Amino acid sequence: MMKVLKRSYLALILAFLYLPIVVLVIQSFNAGSSRAVWEGFSLRWYGELFRNKNIMDALYVTVSIAILAAFFSTILGSLAAIGIHAMKKRPQAFMMTLTNLPMTMPDIVTGISLMLLFIFTKVQRGYWTMLLAHITFNTPYVILSVMPKLKQMNSHAYEAALDLGATPVYALFHVILPEIKPGIITGALMAFTLSLDDFTVSYFTTSPLVQNLSTLIYSEARRGIKPTMNALSALMFILLLVLLLIVNRRTKEPQA
Amino acid sequence: MLDLKMPVWGTWLMALGFIAFIALLVLYIRRHKGMSRSLFASPYTLWMIIFTVLPIILIAYYAFTDANGKFTFDNFVTFWDSNHTMNKQLIEMGFDPAEMGGGRGTVNLDTLVYSLWMAFLCTLICLLLGYPAAAIMADRQFKLGATLVVLFIIPMWMNFILRTIAWMTLLEDNGLINKLLIWLGFERVQLMYNSNAVQLGMVYNFLPFMVFPIYNALAKQDVKLFEASMDLGANRWLTFWKVTFPLSLPGVVSGITMVFMPAVTTFFIPRMLGGGNTEMFGDLIERTFLTANNWNLGSALSLIMMVLILLSLGLLRKVDPDGEGGSML
Amino acid sequence: MEEQRLITLENISKEFDGNTVLDNINLYIRKNEFLTLLGPSGCGKTTTLRIIGGFETADTGKVIFDGKEINDVPPYKRRVNTVFQKYALFPHLNVRDNIAFGLKIKKMPKQEINKRVDKMLDLVNLSGYGKRSVDSLSGGQQQRIAIARALVNEPEVLLLDEPLGALDLKLRKEMQLELKSMQQRLGITFIYVTHDQEEALTMSDTIVVMHGGHIQQIGTPKTIYDEPKNAFVANFIGESNIFKGTMVRDELVEFCGQQFVCVDSGFGENAPVDVVVRPEDVMLVGEDIGQVTGVIRSVLFKGVHYEMMIDTGNCVWKVHSTTMQPEGSRVGLNVVPFNIHIMHPMKEA
Repeated sequence: MMKVLKRSYLALILAFLYLPIVVLVIQSFNAGSSRAVWEGFSLRWYGELFRNKNIMDALYVTVSIAILAAFFSTILGSLAAIGIHAMKKRPQAFMMTLTNLPMTMPDIVTGISLMLLFIFTKVQRGYWTMLLAHITFNTPYVILSVMPKLKQMNSHAYEAALDLGATPVYALFHVILPEIKPGIITGALMAFTLSLDDFTVSYFTTSPLVQNLSTLIYSEARRGIKPTMNALSALMFILLLVLLLIVNRRTKEPQA
Repeated sequence: MLDLKMPVWGTWLMALGFIAFIALLVLYIRRHKGMSRSLFASPYTLWMIIFTVLPIILIAYYAFTDANGKFTFDNFVTFWDSNHTMNKQLIEMGFDPAEMGGGRGTVNLDTLVYSLWMAFLCTLICLLLGYPAAAIMADRQFKLGATLVVLFIIPMWMNFILRTIAWMTLLEDNGLINKLLIWLGFERVQLMYNSNAVQLGMVYNFLPFMVFPIYNALAKQDVKLFEASMDLGANRWLTFWKVTFPLSLPGVVSGITMVFMPAVTTFFIPRMLGGGNTEMFGDLIERTFLTANNWNLGSALSLIMMVLILLSLGLLRKVDPDGEGGSML
Repeated sequence: MEEQRLITLENISKEFDGNTVLDNINLYIRKNEFLTLLGPSGCGKTTTLRIIGGFETADTGKVIFDGKEINDVPPYKRRVNTVFQKYALFPHLNVRDNIAFGLKIKKMPKQEINKRVDKMLDLVNLSGYGKRSVDSLSGGQQQRIAIARALVNEPEVLLLDEPLGALDLKLRKEMQLELKSMQQRLGITFIYVTHDQEEALTMSDTIVVMHGGHIQQIGTPKTIYDEPKNAFVANFIGESNIFKGTMVRDELVEFCGQQFVCVDSGFGENAPVDVVVRPEDVMLVGEDIGQVTGVIRSVLFKGVHYEMMIDTGNCVWKVHSTTMQPEGSRVGLNVVPFNIHIMHPMKEA
């Protein structure tokens, strides 16, 4: 009895969580344009999705920024993690605070403060400012995923390499990097996903001329949601799902 | 039209950054006689100074100045002076404190109180809904638990705007729920455009943040503790209250942090589900900046929000110093 | 032995975050010597080793190698190699690549590398393990790989930082002998760090006892054991009875309420001293002929001998003997003058 009660409670909560998503996905296959009436199965909205120039532009912006931001923040963050790891206690604590600060800051404040920076320096907001912003909020996540790998490493491995005649640069590429590679890849994937998914920061750091998918959905939503949006949502959800399943698998592995 | 050209500023900013970076590097190497690994963190340090520290300083600067750049506390006065011009400006823009049941009549204070109240309610509801769910899944006899907890995380990976829009589909006048009600023979109900709809959207968005850390804290508890407690004569309930629950507190604290923080700063959900009648502090900040173009007041509001978050984080850190609840991934 | 100083440390001091770890260390290491830095954890022995290896720089003082100051020479340019605590093998490389690491950096021809690695694998009795991943090896095998990885570079000095610390007792004893014979065969200078006094006594030519950032005593294992310079060394090396006493005059000391003839002199009259007596140097005799008499309070069987605690009224003596006396019985204790070690009282560090 207790068991049935427990399971139905879980089922109820999960239904609550999945109901809107399921509805959204179903609607994306609706032949008609009304959200209220089911007019039969069709891939019509998926077709229109790919013919819509605004959406395709936004898709391009989103994906290219996600790739670039992931690339740069991974380099920046991995180097930083190695550096911070090698620091003495006090500067290390300072750097970790500096790293945690943007993560605890509300997204809206991050976005607005960056917007202020760009306006203050008379920098026109657009694609490149959005990229800078994305690199900024991604990098701490990369650091936090590389850091544990560095801590797991035998603290003397780097010294052992120097001892055997390796220069610091050689030791970095042949000893440290191979060791922390899983953390770097996880960090890069995480950065990519965060960037793909971001709305708030992008919203404040770009111009209306350069939109990513999130900001586009937002501006469309104010005018009423078109079924193409449903199709887009369904696609994005599946894309993110696949990506994050990969990230999740990677982070869980080393504990085994 | 997509405009992907690299603007002129980009070139000089990059050049400037590069020069500054090289200068720092040379200084450092001179001082430390050689290559040290801590050097690898210097590009990041520079980046963080430009893109995190500097912007925060800018916010602080704007918060304490007026439109002419003169030092002032005026932006904070708006919190209690209902006759302030900025206050009237905001009301003209459509912020009506009365709709949120405001007392003092200043938009800022009322919105803040309303946001805190909504966030508190949201946290409470998430805790009440989430703890039992986490406890059921963490039960060792429940083999599916570890799989199910992943199901709780997946919806969170969906863009929150999309999730919120999905709720609109369900709640609107011609939405599925109303259709179902009419089909069952009931009256149409106005589900959207009120506080309850906003609260629903918030709970929906943040519930997984509560479940996951609590589940983590519960699942890692040693079965032996449970057995020891039973061995010492406590029954199931007593064991729960005296052993299991206190040990899960770090997870609870973590969950509260992870729900309350984003809930206070919620932005967009109230606008979509509340229809502009019940905007929260995040929306207020956005509107002050982008609609009213008042950066000084907007900065002051952002600053207050940031301080509030940092204060409550500091407070929670005291309860859970190691952040034991675990992270989301 | 010919005085050929290979490494000299001059006035080395080192602080970490305001704590003095090394305080004015002076030390030299001869060529082909097996020198052990011995002391409890936190005594500065590892820091000394790391300064020689080049992983730490001394705040003051000089490190001289073969007549040249090497303070600012980075580790990868020093002609020393290190065997690290817990080995620090590279987990992403297999056994062969771990050993070949240093040779590859020197851009040695492939054939030569293979030849040397095979020779090393042979030396550490692990031929045929080249393709294995280092994680699949046991602690003892990893230990040998770490030694091979360092030795293959033909260093002039091998630094070993508690290399046997992670091994179990039996394996540790085997490796001690193996290391010692390896050192003698190859003719390389070994600087060895350990907190295990027995290990130090077994293997070393010279032992440097360290405590609180100071060198307490430098000497051969025999001198250190037989003639500890102070109570710390006496206590740290082997087991000891340490009593507070007074030097009555030269060759006569009073402790435990009794005067004893000893062989030390030069402390002055009525000077306070520490008196050290090794438990195995105390002879149990009949009650009537003992210099002091006492009651046996406890008896523990220790395998080779019995350890007895004997209460003589003002003192409790720890005594090792192969014959057992029952608890509670009265016995006499005798110590020959040669076995009474007198030392200046320890200043609190």
